[in-house]
Amino acid sequence: MRKGARLMGDAILTEGLSKRFGDTTALAGVDLRVPAGTVFALLGPNGAGKTTVVRVLATLLCPDAGRAEVGGHDVLREAHRVRQLIGLTGQYASVDTRLTGMENLQLIGRLLGMPRREARHRARELLDQFGLADAGGNAVGTFSGGMRRRLDLAASLVGRPPVLFLDEPTTGLDPRARSELWDLIRRLVSTGATALLTTQYLDEADALADEVVVIDHGEVVATGTSEELKSRVGARTLAVRPADPARVQDARAAVADLTGAAPDVKDDLITAPVGDAALLPAVVRRLDDEGVLVAELTLRGSSLAEVFFTLTGRPAEDGAGGGQAGAA
Amino acid sequence: MTGPGNGTATAPRVTLAQGVRQSLTLAWRTLVQVRHNPFELTDFSIQPIMFVLLFTYVFGGAVAGSTDAYLKFMLPGLIVMNMLFVTLYVGQGLNTDVTKGVFDRLRSLPIARWAPLAGRIAADQVKQAWSIVLVLAVGLILGFRLGSPGVPGVIGAAVLLLAFALAFSWVAVLVGLLAKDAERVQIFGFTSLFPLTFVSNVFVPVDSMPGWLQGFVNINPVSKLADACRGLMLGGEVAEPVIASLAWALGIAAVFAPLSVRVFKRKI
Repeated sequence: MRKGARLMGDAILTEGLSKRFGDTTALAGVDLRVPAGTVFALLGPNGAGKTTVVRVLATLLCPDAGRAEVGGHDVLREAHRVRQLIGLTGQYASVDTRLTGMENLQLIGRLLGMPRREARHRARELLDQFGLADAGGNAVGTFSGGMRRRLDLAASLVGRPPVLFLDEPTTGLDPRARSELWDLIRRLVSTGATALLTTQYLDEADALADEVVVIDHGEVVATGTSEELKSRVGARTLAVRPADPARVQDARAAVADLTGAAPDVKDDLITAPVGDAALLPAVVRRLDDEGVLVAELTLRGSSLAEVFFTLTGRPAEDGAGGGQAGAA
Repeated sequence: MTGPGNGTATAPRVTLAQGVRQSLTLAWRTLVQVRHNPFELTDFSIQPIMFVLLFTYVFGGAVAGSTDAYLKFMLPGLIVMNMLFVTLYVGQGLNTDVTKGVFDRLRSLPIARWAPLAGRIAADQVKQAWSIVLVLAVGLILGFRLGSPGVPGVIGAAVLLLAFALAFSWVAVLVGLLAKDAERVQIFGFTSLFPLTFVSNVFVPVDSMPGWLQGFVNINPVSKLADACRGLMLGGEVAEPVIASLAWALGIAAVFAPLSVRVFKRKI
C-alpha cells in the first residue's frame, strides 16, 4: 500500500523528449528536471505540448525519442512502477459521470488494492476534505464544473501518490471555483508531494509554482522561478492612453523612461511590461508634471500572449490552430 | 541523483490474481452504473419483452398459423438475437470510457492492462445471463414449454449463448474502440445486427425465402445458434448446430480478438 511517501532527488526527469502526431510536432526535445517536493508549472498556450508531456509522464503515451523518468523509474520500461507513484488529474483523465462521487473514489481505492472498508474510509475522508461530503452520494453527472474538478483532484489522491500531475486543473472554472481549487492544491503540496502543473495562465503558475517552464511549439522557451520570469517579462502590464493623441509620443517617452522597457503603441494605447506595482504612482506624477492628460491608465496582470511576445518575440498562436496537437 | 526515496517501494508488475480482482472491481463498476441509469435497464429489459410480445401476437398467426406454434418456433432464436444486441453494451461502454477520459485515468493506475477490457466483458456476461432468463420467463408466461431435454437443455443453451457472446464481444470491442461516439456504436448495431438476425431462420422458416438468400441463411451463425437453442430447449438435432455455432464463435474470436487488441494497444 502506498503511504503519503516522499521522493528524494529528482521526482521527474526528461531528456530530449520528442513526439509527433502526423505532421504536427507536439514535442521537439523537452528537457525537464523537477526536484522532489516542489511545484513545477508548465506554462504555455493551447497546442504548446503541455498535455503531451503529462501524458508521456503518466505512461499514457510513448515518446518518439528521448527518455522520461518518474521517481527514478523509466516511464516505458518500468511503467508499472511509475504508475504506483503518480496521481493524474486532467482534462483527459476523468471520473465516471455515471457513478456517484463516493463510488468513483471507492473504485479507485479498490483498484489500488485497498480492502473494501479502507477504500470506503479513504473515499469519505477525501469527500470531506474536498467539500463534497453532502454531494458524495449523487451521480457525478449532476455535479457543477467546480465540484467535478474537485472530485477529479480527489480521485488522483486516493493512493496518496508522491507525484501529482495536474493538467490544466482550473481551465474553464469561474474565478471563485478557481481560487478554491488553488487553495486545495496549495494544501496538498504543503505535505511534501511533488506536483507538475500545466496551465495557460501566468497568474496560476505564479500563485502555485516554485519553478516555471514556459513552452511553446513543443520547445522550452524559458525556465526560472516565477520571480525570475516576472522580472524578465514583467508580471504586469501598464497601459496608458493620453486624452490628446498628439501627446502619445511624450507619454511613450515617459513610460519608456520609467519602466526601462520599449513600450508598444497601438491605436494611441501605450503598453509596457512592469515588474513592480509601485511604479504606477510614479507614472501618474510624471505624466501630471509633463501636463499630459490621461484618458485611460491601467495596471493589469500580463496576459500569456504578452509573456510570449516578450520571451519569443512572436505572438502566441491561439488554440484555434493547435487543433489535435492542443488536445494531445 | 535520481532515485526513489524512503517509503516508496514499488512492485515490478501486476500479478495475475491482482489482475483478476481488478477486473472484477471494474465489472462491479459497470453493473453499478446500471443502478444509476434505469434507462439502460429498461433498454435491455423492456425491448426483449416487447419483441416477444410483438412477434408472437402480430406475426404468429400469419407465419405459423397460431401464436402458440410461432412462440415455440421463434423464442429460442429471439434469445439469440437479444444476446447479439446486448454485446453492444461492451462497445458502447468502452467507447464512452475512451472518449470521456475515464480510460486514461484507469490506465494511469497500477492495474493490469487487460483489466478494463476483462471487467467490461465480465459485466456483459451478467447482463447476458439476465436477459436470457428474462426472455425465457416471458416466453414461459405466454405458453412456451420446454421439450424433452428439459432444464439441462436450457442450461446447455445458456452456456452456448454466453460462450458465443464472449466471442462476439470482440466485434463490439473493435467497434467501440473505432467509433467516434457511443451513438455510432448503436447505429452500427442497428445497421448490421438487424439484417444479420432477420436474414436467418429465427423468425420465418428458410424454405419460404428465395433460393439465393437461403444460401446465406443456412451458413449464418445466427441460424446455427437458433437451431442449436431449439434443439437444446425443445428437442431435435443438437450436435451439428452446436458444433457449427462453436466453430463460428472460435472463428470470430480468432479474427476479432487480435484485431481489437491491436487497436486497443495503438489507441493507447
